[in-house]
Amino acid sequence: MLVELGHLALVLAFATALIQTAVPLIGAQKGWSNWMEVAIPAALSQFLLLAFSFAALAGAFLASDFSVALVYQNSHSAKPWLYKLTGVWGNHEGSMLLWLLILALFGAAVAWWGTNLPLPLRARVLAVQGSIGAAFGAFILFTSNPFLRLDIPPLDGRDLNPLLQDPGLAFHPPFLYLGYVGLSMAYSFSVAALIEGRVDAAWGRWVRPWTLAAWMFLTIGIALGSWWAYYELGWGGFWFWDPVENASFVPWLIAAALLHSAIVVEKREALKTWTVLLAILAFAFALLGTFIVRSGIITSVHAFATDPTRGVFILAIFALFTGGALILFALRAPALEARGVFGLVSRESGLVLNNVLLAVSAFVVLVGTLWPLIAEMTTGRVLSVGPPFFEAAFTPFMVGVAVVLPIGALLAWKRGNLRRAMRTLMPAALLAFALAALVWTVGTGRPILAALGTALGVWIVAGAALDLWSRTGRSGAARLLHLPRADWGKAVAHAGLGVTILGISLLMAWEQEDIRTARLGEAFAVGAYTITLNAVEEVEGPNYRSLMGDVTVERDGRPVARLHPEKRFYPVAGMPTTEAAIDNGILRDVYVVLGDPQQGGGYAVRTYVKPFANWIWGGAILMALGGLLSLSDRRHRVAAGAARMAQGRALPAE
Amino acid sequence: MLRALLLALILTLPAGAGAVEPDEILPDPALEARARAISEGLRCPVCRNESIDESHAPVARDIRLLVRERLLAGDSDREVTEAVVARYGEYVLLRPTAEGANLILWLAGPLFLLAGLGLGWSVIRARSRAGEAEPLTEAEKARLKDLLGG
Repeated sequence: MLVELGHLALVLAFATALIQTAVPLIGAQKGWSNWMEVAIPAALSQFLLLAFSFAALAGAFLASDFSVALVYQNSHSAKPWLYKLTGVWGNHEGSMLLWLLILALFGAAVAWWGTNLPLPLRARVLAVQGSIGAAFGAFILFTSNPFLRLDIPPLDGRDLNPLLQDPGLAFHPPFLYLGYVGLSMAYSFSVAALIEGRVDAAWGRWVRPWTLAAWMFLTIGIALGSWWAYYELGWGGFWFWDPVENASFVPWLIAAALLHSAIVVEKREALKTWTVLLAILAFAFALLGTFIVRSGIITSVHAFATDPTRGVFILAIFALFTGGALILFALRAPALEARGVFGLVSRESGLVLNNVLLAVSAFVVLVGTLWPLIAEMTTGRVLSVGPPFFEAAFTPFMVGVAVVLPIGALLAWKRGNLRRAMRTLMPAALLAFALAALVWTVGTGRPILAALGTALGVWIVAGAALDLWSRTGRSGAARLLHLPRADWGKAVAHAGLGVTILGISLLMAWEQEDIRTARLGEAFAVGAYTITLNAVEEVEGPNYRSLMGDVTVERDGRPVARLHPEKRFYPVAGMPTTEAAIDNGILRDVYVVLGDPQQGGGYAVRTYVKPFANWIWGGAILMALGGLLSLSDRRHRVAAGAARMAQGRALPAE
Repeated sequence: MLRALLLALILTLPAGAGAVEPDEILPDPALEARARAISEGLRCPVCRNESIDESHAPVARDIRLLVRERLLAGDSDREVTEAVVARYGEYVLLRPTAEGANLILWLAGPLFLLAGLGLGWSVIRARSRAGEAEPLTEAEKARLKDLLGG
């Protein structure tokens, strides 16, 4: 019964989205404010209906209602409750419903908090948001309905893919979707602005926090996925340039460019057309990413939907929203008046360079991802584009970004002084060179990579610190804590990028690997560590069976860690998984994987020493934290809070 | 019985773990390092985006053994890669060749960087000229002088 109500709510939400699209748009065109105001209750009720619909589906999963086809296919009664819940989005239909729910959530946020927006702009933004909701609502209802029942309910379900039964991956999709769909806000604001033919500082002040929030969620989502791959896939890789990873990385790069150019619109009213174009592209790439993942057109580890009708439907949505917005852009962009003036050496110019590097690097990743498809369709050549290409083609852009970032961040708006910025940054440059030289002399592994990564990472981190310090002026440390949160956010996020660069390059340069047949009780050395496989036992889990190794790690005769790598087997899904055992450390991870028993006795054991691995995700956390600090800056809080309070006070007076 | 059956399943089914087996490794560390470097650029033909080093598939093992066999026979790195491509096709190359249409792929980055820098430069120049192009009018100069108390 609840399931049918959920289905009904989904249909009603679709109808509401259609109303939310048509009525306010006509109202804004004709200047009828009561038609425009329809957008607000429509957006709020669309969200509530979808929330109910999603809750109904989650209820079916938690209650293991196997008469629902989707629950039968993706759940099992013996599964822990957390994975019953996350199983809701561990499949195509449920994850699309989550996508739609988050879309409506953002729409409702504008309806709720957007009280200080001019009514026509708010109506148009919500109308565009509603049209995206209507398109995806139709997609779910007509091609991917999660509420279909089975005639004869089976006794038990077929279980969720065991690789997805993991905390890292359980929360990876919601964050990724919050990011993807968050970019729809920038898109809706851009299309609305193009219809109105007006972009001003107030527009920038609205678009920037939404983009920042979306980027922050994307950062967390991507980092979670990468962390999961690191400990779950069993060889400690953290990024594979897989098409599905790239599908989230391209919007991340574009969103990073967008949130920087939106600053220029907000503060200086320049780069308006460029910012609007970036906003359209950012969401277009998020849609393209959804298409790549959902259609399975480029086969990869993650693509779990391979029905072509769905692919064609999403492609049509992508073409409609991207093409429509770009045509509108071509027609109306000339009407957007450029105002702000800035010199050749200025913060604005630095941000233009940032945008060029980020946008082109995103484009390179996109071309590399789509190239096998393009080549096969046009020339018939079946080929692959893998990590060696991306490492060669993408890395130079990041080196460029890293080199110019601290300098650009220090330049003043309008007219900067390059020499003064360099003088402030001198300590950072010296420190970067000194540490790079030190790393070079260590000389193991790949010394060039290690030295270059160290130099760039230290340059950015120290540059961010000097940037903060230079803002305190003469008053010194006492003022540090009183700086605006936006300044802190900028410094922390930039430092995070530096930390990630350090982690990636030192890990890749210094990683040690050992593959051998280990006999029980026989010690062997990997780098500075002595590893002993003491025993291998059979262990029973809630919904799996496992072979668990008992491994001691020692250094200089002193025990460092006791690790328990596993090989698991999930009987319902018929799938084995490998659970690596990792001793996490600030300077290194020791990573042990248990392999198959060998013919002459003993087990295959893979051991890796991974220096600075955790810095990769530590940097990502810092980047997201920087975004959060920036979002909580006084000027955003004051603007939003004041609006609600003003409304709250105004209501009783009416 | 069921226990034994499950254990047998665990032992025989491929797991997604890193897949170079101890018995494949060459005794000469220099040669093994070369084999690894070559393997990083070779894709497992039946897998989804995995190099032969990462894959547990039988064909990936075949290619790993082929690579080592050729290295032991004294082939250069390039000859080894060519031998694998001759047998399994261009698809196994994770680093696409820079020939024919693939030139578009390799040149896309540099060309778009040039275009982007050109565009960025023109924007910056237009914006910095816009300032120079609008000098103060006589009335504004008078008002400025007035304000400055001159």
